[in-house]
Amino acid sequence: MKLKKWNNLKEKTMSGVFLLSATASILFVALICIFLFANGIPAILKIGVANFLFGREWAPTDEPALYGIFPMVLGSLYVTIGALVIGVFVGLLSAVYLAKFCSEKIHKKLKPAVDLLAGIPSVVYGFFGLVVIVPFVRETFGGSGASILSASVLLGIMILPTIISVAEASIRAVPDSYYEGALALGATHERSVFFAVLPAAASGITAGVILGFGRAIGETMAVILVAGNQARVPTGILAGVRTLTANIVLEMGYATDLHREALIATGVVLFAFILVVNLLFSILKNRSRI
Amino acid sequence: MIQVLETYKRSPLSLFLRIAVTFAMLVTLVTMLFLVGYVLVQGIPYVKPSLFSFHYTSENVSFLPSIFTTIVIVFGAIVIAGPLGIFAAVYLVEYAHRGNKIVSLVRLTAETLSGIPSIVFGLFGMLFFVTTLHFGYSIVSGILTISIMILPLIMRTTEEALKSVPDSYREGSYGLGAGKLRTVRSVVLPAAIPGILAGIILAIGRVVGETAALIYTAGTVADFPKGIFSSGRTLAVHMFELSHEGLHFGEAYATAVILMVLVLIINWISNVIASRIEKL
Repeated sequence: MKLKKWNNLKEKTMSGVFLLSATASILFVALICIFLFANGIPAILKIGVANFLFGREWAPTDEPALYGIFPMVLGSLYVTIGALVIGVFVGLLSAVYLAKFCSEKIHKKLKPAVDLLAGIPSVVYGFFGLVVIVPFVRETFGGSGASILSASVLLGIMILPTIISVAEASIRAVPDSYYEGALALGATHERSVFFAVLPAAASGITAGVILGFGRAIGETMAVILVAGNQARVPTGILAGVRTLTANIVLEMGYATDLHREALIATGVVLFAFILVVNLLFSILKNRSRI
Repeated sequence: MIQVLETYKRSPLSLFLRIAVTFAMLVTLVTMLFLVGYVLVQGIPYVKPSLFSFHYTSENVSFLPSIFTTIVIVFGAIVIAGPLGIFAAVYLVEYAHRGNKIVSLVRLTAETLSGIPSIVFGLFGMLFFVTTLHFGYSIVSGILTISIMILPLIMRTTEEALKSVPDSYREGSYGLGAGKLRTVRSVVLPAAIPGILAGIILAIGRVVGETAALIYTAGTVADFPKGIFSSGRTLAVHMFELSHEGLHFGEAYATAVILMVLVLIINWISNVIASRIEKL
């Protein structure tokens, strides 16, 4: 009798512990939101929403100080879009190759290579960009080399594994009957894949692209090493840029008072971008059921 | 062969598409090989004994202290996020009922967490652990911040591992008269261990490679930390500082080699364990 009671108590306690652990992620997301917003939003209001988001000057040490993050918003968007142009093009075609154009045997060799690309730490990517891509851009196109172009190429490489694995999974999720139907109508293998299978996988592929967008816009260390980090509205593809993420890391070390709060507010803007991206991703993911 | 050529002659678009996908795959592969090969070839000559000196000076730029700090932070993060993530996954897979409101909220927040960039975790850690809780730039702040970051990864891999345990195991255990807890502890969890382990090792790889979440939580002091409340830099942070300063390029190369090889070995082990499960 006593043993049974003891066992019951143990069952109850442990299921409580499990439940509590499960709610940890709810708690953490709540804490992150509260602390970021509570520290960032007052600064945005003090600076003025329009002045902060659309101000073209970031000069925190000037008198009076100017806190406009528009150059960084543009910088982040330019660099991310550049990365997507490269990453989506190469990544999607590679995913098609992996899903529909190679034998099981070759796939077994190629997939680990793609996964390996996903495992390399972002600082190592950044260093590679610094010693290979930046000098290459400098010698080929002139300028300093640390530019939108360099950052886009590097980020494009970095998001390749994300786009490849999500796109491949969604291509494989398309029922074989689509492909077979197209073949039966006389289409070649290539045409069947591109015009029957790919359209059916569209929402899954879009989800992968959005995930890649999130990765690229949130990347920090690699971008700092190759983008040049000038806080001004970029004038061309070879001009240096500073992203939202870089702005935080570069100045947080010595910032105080309103300057520090403005950097946290930069984080809030980035966080808002990411929340929208996550929302879009989960909507598309549910639609494509991958 | 001739038949194939005939087809392509009738449909040049098909030929073009085939060339395009093969070319794209080649680009991916060559990029990967070039990146890894370049770092190795350029970096290995710089790996010399002075880098392993016991004490960091601006002369020898030893990375031994940062390797030690990395191990401490990895250990701490796994001790915290490991049980938390595994317990949470046990709840989601074994205890929660279908259509439970809490479950969908947990999934939503875990997904949100896994999408948050590491710099945002870093900012939060700085605001919460470093400033509000007065832990300062310290190993503790770093460990706590990075634990939150790897939590969703451990949760997801454990969930998958638990789901892959066949229901017949559970039914057998219940049939023998075991309770829920006993079934989970003695039957389901042991069967899921390889999958859970693969996830944890993957998480270790993430911690080793992480920079942005640590730079403003654990700080950047280059020598051995004196305790868990003092600051220390991990190998990845060390690497970032070296390449950002631009004064010690050789040492940065050497650190890149060590860091990359370390992370690749960790990921490889995780893969090997994970593929063992597929065979079962």
